Amino acid sequence: MGKRSNWALPYFIFLVLFVALPLLLIVLYALRDGSGGFTLSNITRFFSDGDALNTFAVSIEVAIENTLICLLLGYPAAYILANKDLNKSAVTAILFILPMWVNALMRTLATAELFNVFGFTLGKGTLIFGMVYDYLPFMIYPIYNVLLKMDKSYGEAAADLGATPSEVFRKITLPLSKPGIFSGILMVFMPTVSTFAISEFLTNNKIKLFGTIIQENINSSMWNYGAALSFIMLVIIGLTTILLGGEDREVEGGTL
Amino acid sequence: MGENKNDIIINIEHLSKSFGDNQVLKDISLYIRKGEFVTLLGPSGCGKTTLLRMIAGFLQPDEGRIMMEWGDRGGKVEFRDVAGIPPHQRPLNTVFQRYALFPHLDVYDNIAFGLKLKGVPKDEIDTRVRKVLKLVSMSDYEDRDVDSLSGGQQQRVAIARAIVNKPKVLLLDEPLAALDLKMRQDMQIELKEMHQKLGITFIYVTHDQGEALTLSDTIAVMNEGKIQQIGTPTDIYNEPVNSFVADFIGESNILNGTMIRDREVSFIGHDFPCVDEGFGENVPVDVVIRPEDVVIGTAIDGAQFTGKVKSCAFKGVHYEMYVDTDSGNELQIQDYDAYEPGTMVEMKINPDDIQVMKKERTENVLDCEIIDETHIEMLGEEFECSTIPAGADGPAKAHIQFSKVDLWDHVDDGVTSGEVWFILYKGDHYHLTVKTESGEYLYVDTDDIWDKGDLAGISIQPGDIIVEAGNGQEK
Repeated sequence: MGKRSNWALPYFIFLVLFVALPLLLIVLYALRDGSGGFTLSNITRFFSDGDALNTFAVSIEVAIENTLICLLLGYPAAYILANKDLNKSAVTAILFILPMWVNALMRTLATAELFNVFGFTLGKGTLIFGMVYDYLPFMIYPIYNVLLKMDKSYGEAAADLGATPSEVFRKITLPLSKPGIFSGILMVFMPTVSTFAISEFLTNNKIKLFGTIIQENINSSMWNYGAALSFIMLVIIGLTTILLGGEDREVEGGTL
Repeated sequence: MGENKNDIIINIEHLSKSFGDNQVLKDISLYIRKGEFVTLLGPSGCGKTTLLRMIAGFLQPDEGRIMMEWGDRGGKVEFRDVAGIPPHQRPLNTVFQRYALFPHLDVYDNIAFGLKLKGVPKDEIDTRVRKVLKLVSMSDYEDRDVDSLSGGQQQRVAIARAIVNKPKVLLLDEPLAALDLKMRQDMQIELKEMHQKLGITFIYVTHDQGEALTLSDTIAVMNEGKIQQIGTPTDIYNEPVNSFVADFIGESNILNGTMIRDREVSFIGHDFPCVDEGFGENVPVDVVIRPEDVVIGTAIDGAQFTGKVKSCAFKGVHYEMYVDTDSGNELQIQDYDAYEPGTMVEMKINPDDIQVMKKERTENVLDCEIIDETHIEMLGEEFECSTIPAGADGPAKAHIQFSKVDLWDHVDDGVTSGEVWFILYKGDHYHLTVKTESGEYLYVDTDDIWDKGDLAGISIQPGDIIVEAGNGQEK
């Protein structure tokens, strides 16, 4: 062992304390009943809990809608930002990323206040609006990065071989920007499934998301069931990451 | 050249292009005949790639036009100005410098890309792709990922992808630049064979003069946005029209000389009989002597001058020697026999082997503006000057001899500064082209050694700027 490996020690300790240990605790709590005995009932309870299943379905639906809207809005934005003919200044790109520098909770509170001022009824519409507003930069940035680094000669080569501008986009630009798209989807979909603050502020808890019921359980000291729900969510997030993740490896600088 | 206007497939007329203030192409005219292998040859920044991209349709000309053969109509060849016609509608294909193979497609799909777009039936695509893969000797690679291929293999796929579409004209942008020497030589032979087999017109861009001489039917030598010379490789090698071409193509000794009268030229302190006529009497000229054309020996018949060998290096087939002549000039000489450094040698040059060229310029002539009795504005800066005619005012011309421009290592030591753009060794001194901060070119004779790209401070003694007052009567 070289001395250099010692440098990793602080990080290793950090990982154990703040990543591995909490995960282990979640699993432990999820597999125990109130008196400390081993049980699977917390897990099975979820699959028979109609409310929880419903909330879960709503969460996934909202997350899918949010991700789709972010993608539809974010891709063209990223495309325009990365195109030097359309956008001559790097400042514009920063302006799009700028909202991420403001705390998400503050932004959400401010958005809720705006809806109140203009008399919008809080509900699904406002929820989706808030989510898109919060997560759009996470979709734009990885796609922007991939498009910016894409060699322009691919598009030229395709045009040279007879592709119209729209064919160049469909057959070259879009497939080559897939790593950015997957990265963006991951960065938007994952957090939307588990968020609870946005639904709390922007729907006054009219719409409950999966994150909301975890938070409610934990808040009312139902640690074991809450842990089980967290565990289930982790598994789902893990599976999605693996499904999309294979392609994601190629992304350079896809994260923030 | 044996011209047959019916053979022309592309005619480029007075093409100019600028990027911002930088004019990269200046009034380019060139025609390309069917089936010809034309090379645009020049150093980087000479505009050759810009010209190629304009032919391909990625750039639009500012002035001038490109006429392209656009199909037969009732036996009559129709030409069309291709301005505004996008690349995908032009009847030509390009092999890009770094190949630009689509990384998400395998070799087969890369090559089939153009055919699929045109809606060619599947089985025809199949036969054509296989045929072209065989032509580039890549038959077993159709399922391979393009990233897993070596540089040479990617190059072959890039060529296959272009020629499978049977273009009328194939554009090649420095296609061999990324390959190592051995591979490059092999590919040169293959390209030449391919050209003969396919009968397609090739327009080839390179900065490698050896490549151009090997491959081309016609070479257009370019520099500073202008075509310097168009001709066959032999013409260009044997009869360069100016010192730039002579220096760029092959090895050469470029020397200052004086045309004494027809068929007699003086350089390196001696008079030589030559075959050139019509320059006038006592006219300054540039003289080009190829290193292999100097006859050298310890005792030869009809020796014209003597010298002492300075260095001698074996180059595989011949020896390359540098010889100090009796008049203090340095000559590069190639011979099959070696002469050790220090040997006294005799030399002669046959009249046929002396290439005499008109000097492009004999002094710097710059636009200037007279500020007061002792100052002028020139090259975007204020220069002190002691030769201003009394009462002169306004715009004028400044004449400065090449040897009267002083260059300084430190940019701050000069009135203005510039970048060494081009270097010509003239046997006993260097002739530099310096691009000044104002974008103008200044020509400087110096004994000091500079490298291309060096930054230099520039100053000129007040008495050495000869101001010729006048209201631009020269123009």
